[in-house]
Amino acid sequence: MNQGSDVLVIGAGVIGAATAYFAARQGLSVTVIDKGLPASGTSSACEGNILVSDKELGPELELTRYSLGVWHGDLGDHKRLWEFESKGGIIVASRESSLASLNRVMAVQTGYGVAVEELDQDALREAEPHISHEALGGASYSEDCQVQPMLVAAHLVRLATEAGARFLADTPVTGFLRSSNRVTGVKTPRGDFSADAVVNCTGTWAGELAALAGVSVPVLPRRGFVVVTEPLPPMVHHKVYAAEYIDNVGSSDGGLQASPVVEGTPSGTILIGSTRERVGFDRTVSTNALSLLARNATALFPFLEHVKAIRHYHGFRPYCPDHLPVIGHDERAPGLWHAAGHEGAGIGLSAGTGKLLAQALVGQAPDLDLSPFAPARFGELSTGEPARHSSSHHPASPQSAEHQSAEPREEASA
Amino acid sequence: MKPIVSTDVAVLGAGPAGLAAAVSAAETGAAVVLVDAGAQPGGQFWRHRPETVVPEPDGRGHHGWKSYLDLRARFDAARHQGLITYLPGLQVWMAQQNQPTQADDAGFTLRTTPTVAVAASGAGVGAQAIVARRLVLCPGGYDRQLPVPGWDLPGVMAAGGIQAFIKANGILPGKRFVIAGTGPFLLPVAANIAEAGGKVLAVLESSSPTAWLPHLRAAAGVPEKALEGAQYAAVFARHRIPYRTRSIVTEVLGSRILGMDRVSGVRTAKVDVEGSARPGTERIYEDVDVVGFGWGFTPQMELPLSFGIETRIDADGSLVGVVDERQESSVPGLYLAGEVTGVGGATLAVLEGTAAGTAAAGGAVVPEKTAARHRRFAEAMHGAHPVPAAWQDWLSPETTVCRCEEVTAGQIMEARESLGAHDARTLKSFIRAGMGWCQSRVCGFASACLGAGPGVSPTAESLSGIAKRPLAAPVGIGELAALDADDH
Repeated sequence: MNQGSDVLVIGAGVIGAATAYFAARQGLSVTVIDKGLPASGTSSACEGNILVSDKELGPELELTRYSLGVWHGDLGDHKRLWEFESKGGIIVASRESSLASLNRVMAVQTGYGVAVEELDQDALREAEPHISHEALGGASYSEDCQVQPMLVAAHLVRLATEAGARFLADTPVTGFLRSSNRVTGVKTPRGDFSADAVVNCTGTWAGELAALAGVSVPVLPRRGFVVVTEPLPPMVHHKVYAAEYIDNVGSSDGGLQASPVVEGTPSGTILIGSTRERVGFDRTVSTNALSLLARNATALFPFLEHVKAIRHYHGFRPYCPDHLPVIGHDERAPGLWHAAGHEGAGIGLSAGTGKLLAQALVGQAPDLDLSPFAPARFGELSTGEPARHSSSHHPASPQSAEHQSAEPREEASA
Repeated sequence: MKPIVSTDVAVLGAGPAGLAAAVSAAETGAAVVLVDAGAQPGGQFWRHRPETVVPEPDGRGHHGWKSYLDLRARFDAARHQGLITYLPGLQVWMAQQNQPTQADDAGFTLRTTPTVAVAASGAGVGAQAIVARRLVLCPGGYDRQLPVPGWDLPGVMAAGGIQAFIKANGILPGKRFVIAGTGPFLLPVAANIAEAGGKVLAVLESSSPTAWLPHLRAAAGVPEKALEGAQYAAVFARHRIPYRTRSIVTEVLGSRILGMDRVSGVRTAKVDVEGSARPGTERIYEDVDVVGFGWGFTPQMELPLSFGIETRIDADGSLVGVVDERQESSVPGLYLAGEVTGVGGATLAVLEGTAAGTAAAGGAVVPEKTAARHRRFAEAMHGAHPVPAAWQDWLSPETTVCRCEEVTAGQIMEARESLGAHDARTLKSFIRAGMGWCQSRVCGFASACLGAGPGVSPTAESLSGIAKRPLAAPVGIGELAALDADDH
């Protein structure tokens, strides 16, 4: 098989699916290939978050807000397909010091137009009746929502094919077709595929794929575990986080960390997330991680102590050293584009990423400036280990980039 | 701080394979810990009335009871000598390979939690971590189920569930039974019901006796099976149990009794060689209160798979572990015996358990000719009693496939056709088939088949995707929280 198309999208996770969908809607001929089935990587091992509450001020927040508009706008008619749920997020403070930090964060976010509302103890208990008695107060983020990410990817691929795109599963890329330094397609065990534009949407594996083209895109995996409980009647109504991490933003080592996130799902299970560790693609189950999650969760919701866990899962967030995704044309290998490295925010950012990239692919000026995400920011050559995460913690951000909470989620929501 | 038990050999499961493994390892000189979910030894096959109620069970309704008594006597003796530590009433929720140290090969850790029954009774030992240099997994299997319209009505049971019910309680779960499915296991189930005073209206076997013809040599290799068959024939004759071959239940009928829907009858049909119902052969059995289905067995693979062992698809379509003649898996020090190496019955399980226990304790294993004969017999049996190729045609779009999450056959086919969900894992993540309490144990095989499409067998990858269970048993969040921080 050697059929040419305008755009070849590699990877049928949410990012690739959204890119294919919007590119096809732009009238481009699109081929999507994946080494497995749709949503078989990080998209199927996360929590399906579309969050505003946890974003760094700056380009990431801009992209988030843009993307949120796309979810509600361009994709608004399809919400039911992927169980879109405007459940809202609540950050809970259990110490005076973290309450003070949270209040500071809320003031700054309000200035940037984020919809956030302070919750006193009574309001918090009204919103989450089973919250710990230790909880002093919180902040409510009404814009935070949730989707079932596997369904997003699967349906966007389906909608793209209905708009003329072609999808091939079980088609791994083994190399690139080149014409001098230009990328003109890919080689696979099913034959060559040529395209004017080849888009790397391979998430955690984006660095590996870029290396095949001789360019450095330092995307690395950061592992996250999530524990899932037995189904229960509704006990947790929002996505509930602990604010205590705000006091610990300085901590940025590769060891085990956990930001408590507890949320109920429509199926009745409760998701308890989430750890973050830089351990490469290690799939060994860590009892330390499970134990830490369990302790954090019972601190927020003491009733969980007597609830059974029925499974857990883990995924690998694709992160870049500067914690910004890589979106756009790669001048170092003309013809090659990237849309990857969204770390823990890929589900939420996928809609905006796909739409903006499709605009760029047809030569329009994207609605949002993509230059902060330019691939060339990583320099000319392939390097080894990227800089050991030492990023910009915005002092007023509710979460350092360290705390990316759009984590492994396997549950349907909504 | 959780109690930690250290030992040479840990054996999981106290059924035929596990008992044999524990006894053999102890007799070879190893210190053994036997951990089992049951409250007393025997497993599913030799499940019997509580020994507190019936101290000396007579073995009625059991096969190979002499073999059990022999193993049990050796087990009791080894326990008495302190060679076997017996931990009943515990489920393993996670098994891990330890980090290697300079001193020794790494070994294994089993993390356990009390079973619901034991926890509720307040008896038994508390959660334990078991650290062992060698590990023998004998988790057995459970009835393989195929959905059919009405199979989710109360009163429908797994054939093995009926058997276990009778063995454990000494009473019947109903009065008038229809047993359906395929394989010789349907015979003892029906015989036990009849001997216990129940009425078996029919045993419906989807295959036909002629299916055995190509396998006669293998069958002749195990003459005791022929004898068993003759015994069942006598029981069937005495109780006038109709045995109908090339027959299936096409629908379980229900009616409202005391405000609750439950089984009232079955609609049946004769089938062709593919398993398609033949027009005009329909028949209805009324006044049925229990329907038992058995389509062979599914080995419990979650613990073996958690070690990433090499697997294969066995003759019956089940995913099983690959082992050498010493029952050692592709993970050094990890041994498998019983159904997880291929469904083959209790006699074979005892032989495999003996080899595994002996090898795990460092003893020499002599390859058994008997085991080879039993394996050939099992293969012949699987060949003669396949899951009918056309079984997916029995479903209507409304038939529930995943009962925990209430996913229908129609939803699965829709996800396969429009979203490309061709394997069980993808079906699970797209539409929650197999995502609930049972974690695919009941519907996993059916869901994998439906994903693959009519007449196509699921791949090892698809079966493996649903048999992997990162928690091998539910465990309390409080128990997880109490794990020691440095305990890994």
